[in-house]
Amino acid sequence: MKAKRLVSMGLAVVLTAGLAACGSSQNKSTTEQTANENQTETAESVSTEPNDQESEAPVTITYANFNASGGNEETLNKMYEAFHKAYPNITVEIETIAMNDYFTTMQTRIAGGTGPDCLEMNIENFGTYASQGILEDLSGAGTEGMNQTALEAFQYDGTQYGLPENFSTVVLVYNKDLFDKAGIDYPDDNWTRDDVDAAAAKIRALGDDIYGIYQPVTYNEFYKVAAQYGGSLLNSDKSAFTINSEENVAALQSMADRVQKTNVQPTEEQMGGMGDWDLFESGRLGMIPTGTWCFNTFKDACGFNWDICVEPGETQKATHFFANALVVNKAASAEAKAAAQKWITWLASSAEAAQIRLDAGWDLPALDDTGKLSSYLEQTPPEHRQAVFDSLNYIVMPPVINDYQQMSDIITDCVSKAAKGECTAKEALDDAQSKCEAAIKLN
Amino acid sequence: MAMKNKERKKIIQAIPFMLPSIAGMVLFSLLPMLIAIALSFTGWSGLGKFSFSMVSKQFIGLENYQRLLSKGEFWTAVGHVLYFVVLYLPLSFFFSMLVALILNSGRKLSGLYRILYYIPVLTSWVAASLIWKWVLSSQYGVFNSILSIFGMQGPDWLTSKYWAMPGIVLASVWKDMGFYGLYIFGGLRTIDTGYYEAAQIDGAGKWVTLTRITIPLLSPTLFYCLIMSLINAFQIFPQVQIMTGGGPNGATQVPVERIYTYAFSYFKMGYAAAFSWLLFLIILALTLIQLKAQKAWVHYET
Repeated sequence: MKAKRLVSMGLAVVLTAGLAACGSSQNKSTTEQTANENQTETAESVSTEPNDQESEAPVTITYANFNASGGNEETLNKMYEAFHKAYPNITVEIETIAMNDYFTTMQTRIAGGTGPDCLEMNIENFGTYASQGILEDLSGAGTEGMNQTALEAFQYDGTQYGLPENFSTVVLVYNKDLFDKAGIDYPDDNWTRDDVDAAAAKIRALGDDIYGIYQPVTYNEFYKVAAQYGGSLLNSDKSAFTINSEENVAALQSMADRVQKTNVQPTEEQMGGMGDWDLFESGRLGMIPTGTWCFNTFKDACGFNWDICVEPGETQKATHFFANALVVNKAASAEAKAAAQKWITWLASSAEAAQIRLDAGWDLPALDDTGKLSSYLEQTPPEHRQAVFDSLNYIVMPPVINDYQQMSDIITDCVSKAAKGECTAKEALDDAQSKCEAAIKLN
Repeated sequence: MAMKNKERKKIIQAIPFMLPSIAGMVLFSLLPMLIAIALSFTGWSGLGKFSFSMVSKQFIGLENYQRLLSKGEFWTAVGHVLYFVVLYLPLSFFFSMLVALILNSGRKLSGLYRILYYIPVLTSWVAASLIWKWVLSSQYGVFNSILSIFGMQGPDWLTSKYWAMPGIVLASVWKDMGFYGLYIFGGLRTIDTGYYEAAQIDGAGKWVTLTRITIPLLSPTLFYCLIMSLINAFQIFPQVQIMTGGGPNGATQVPVERIYTYAFSYFKMGYAAAFSWLLFLIILALTLIQLKAQKAWVHYET
């Protein structure tokens, strides 16, 4: 009897253990498997190609990316076909994985030693990956024609670990019809945040459920608005946090006032779970600073006139700049690394790849010569597409540090408290400062 | 002695049949758990190739545990999950019991009910969470608009730090009541109808029948459900991750959500491994306490 009880007790313990270990992963398996492997060609066609410039043996490499998922898989395939024509000895197996799963997949595979030879990287994760010594030094890659700012963004400790693949900026998108209704001038590149506040108030007065502006009070918007007030999150040599500086407090105050004081921006409750793009598309939002990737969506979804301008600043202008990089896995074989470097250099800087990218209306290649991107300007709406390039004059880069994501979460947490009116801007930033200092070691 | 030999023989005979599931458990549960012990003593980021030499190179002793236990975050997360349990367990048992009694009533449509109540169980948590996110939306949600019919103004469920956890509890009860309901229904079916007949003859009322016959005889099933639901409750994750992401302002941060965030978002795998071991020890302790406490209320028929 006693033995029986012991056995059942033991079983219960083991059962607990099993559940504790795998309970969550079981539930997670429900997320769709969006990874679709795309093995376009095999190496067979290689020997038949006449313009064989490479004398090297055929090599097959793997390339993982997230940016093509959700509509641009074909565009990427087209690019690869053009590449394969020029480099018949290099076969690339393309894996497109949805953004939601991409970085956990990469982390697991790299840790397991089965990472792809080259892959796409976003700016948020770049610092962490580079600091862990898992990226190949790309100093030897040809970087002619690539956008200088974007190149610098993908250096870590002075070494080039990533080639900028594409970029986007954030501009102020506005609903022309609402501006007409309120009888005010359209925003232009000379506006400051005060002008925005005045216009937003007039638009808010148009109706109970019409709002002036929506700028989420989160880390991403905050570091930019801080820069618009002349502030920053870290000191110049990135050795200390300066989150609760006077400039930053003024910046957060202005963001929070729009929600709590003037209510030209809806509170979370007034949003009721609705997305900010949805609100704009419904025609009930005057202005929204958002990324250039909204153009295609807004073109289809907005039943009113809209346009863009460079995002207004305060003491100075500051605009977002987002770029993705292409990196090479250090753990790959020497041949694979050489081939991978050719492929990503071609993808990032060849005129052919740039043209295919532009023709598909995908995103902007990170080239220095914006003249090459002129076909992008011809598409409308928005009318004033030039603002996308003009924004490049004012860009502020997110600080690349090891614990980027953690810093971003802490700051979002604190500033959103201020936006809810649960604490003052000063209290929120003091809190963020001390939390970041406690949790994150800066070099 | 002879008895013991017989039992041992039985166990040996059973092993080949259990092998497939044992292999899976060793490979996907036991082994990762053991590796997690080793990782919990390192400062490994979770990036970079895993190897055993790495474990000794990045060994930092008990630092992860020390930091966890001294930082408020761990206890806050455990506090949130306890809050969840306190709300979830009674509600879940009440509704599961209700489901079981409906299924057991033997009405014409009970087969249909069985399917209806079980559908949420089969639904993936991702889909269910997305639905509940909309149901609980303060402006456009079904829940609040039903409340408004009765003149009540519903709270801002998932965006309020006071109501977010109750919102998650509602979704969890909805999803789990079919599962436990079916278990309890199974337990009800095993009760010999002779007891009820005898009780009727003795003139026992409904309440007495329920408390003196049904619940005692159901107690092994209830005990199983209690252990399972407590273990599961301590590991809530998908509903939190999707409905609130730990927010608003960390009001729904729970241990597994923290473990996931530290491992895959902050790249602190060693810290996350230590976190998961502490969580395991808490669940283990609670389960052992329940096993001890069962003597007081669980009646096994012999």
